Amino acid sequence: MNHKLPQSAGEKHVTLRSYITGFILSLATTLAAYVVVTNQTYSKNGIIAVVAVLAVSQFVVQMLFFMHLGQEKNPRWKLLALLFMMGVVFIVVVGSLWIMKHLDYNMMSPKQMQHYMDSQDGL
Amino acid sequence: MSMELTDKPLITQKAHYQQVAEADHSKTLVGFWVYLMTDCVLFASLFAVFAVLRNNTNGGPGGPELFNLPFVLVETIILLTSSFVCGLVLLAAQRKARSYVVAGLLIIFLLGLSFMALELTEFSHLVHEGNSWRESGFLSAFFTLVGTHGLHITVGLLWMVVMIVQIVRKGLTDPVLRRLSLFAMFWHFLDVVWIFIFSLVYLLGSMS
Repeated sequence: MNHKLPQSAGEKHVTLRSYITGFILSLATTLAAYVVVTNQTYSKNGIIAVVAVLAVSQFVVQMLFFMHLGQEKNPRWKLLALLFMMGVVFIVVVGSLWIMKHLDYNMMSPKQMQHYMDSQDGL
Repeated sequence: MSMELTDKPLITQKAHYQQVAEADHSKTLVGFWVYLMTDCVLFASLFAVFAVLRNNTNGGPGGPELFNLPFVLVETIILLTSSFVCGLVLLAAQRKARSYVVAGLLIIFLLGLSFMALELTEFSHLVHEGNSWRESGFLSAFFTLVGTHGLHITVGLLWMVVMIVQIVRKGLTDPVLRRLSLFAMFWHFLDVVWIFIFSLVYLLGSMS
């Protein structure tokens, strides 16, 4: 028996180059995010946006170069499971933040309410 | 299926069994992938808890005072390097280079161990300074999220010990190779989760 077991569903072209590319790109995005936060050159919202974009791009890089998601053959069950997971994650995270924001708003103490109204320049 | 096979020449049978073995192998990998996706949902719920409680410091110190970014950057690079070495181990396993596989696993083990040592140092430092998980909602959420990741890393370390023993005793047989590729997926996955802990919890949490 000298057949090679494929690494994952339908993967045939896993190479050293793909791991090295993935490693360098991941290092670059990690260091870039670190520098952006420690240097504080952008505004707060700017930093949040840049760090989020860098995190998502490193996620994509590792999925492609370490997990070889792009080389999966049809039917692409792994991609499908990943997309479903991302949908659930989106609902859980965004939903929690949304609900808690409304709870915060609706359950303010009188003192917080006063502060909120002052800050909104009302009454 | 096996009835049809008896009429075919031996070489076709062999090819057929090979196909069946490969199909089983990829089924196992897809099944494990689905487990990893459910684990992502677990982490997502902990991320959501952290995001909701991030400002509930109960009058105590928050992220900007507590997080030591250079320290966490070292942790991140250690984990990323171990994930990269894990890929190299898989390549060596495909070439059946047994000693390289064992050496690579030992390197990943040491990197994982030093990651855990750094994380536990950070935790004990926080607790000694009077910032344990009991102090505020923010700290409870922080310790739960980062601790759950650390628990996964610890399980990975145990798994690596088992893999090394199996490779030394059984060699790189097909079942061992399959377990090795499952382990590699698990280890890459833990690094993917860490990207978000590093970016969202530490980097963004350290801004005032």
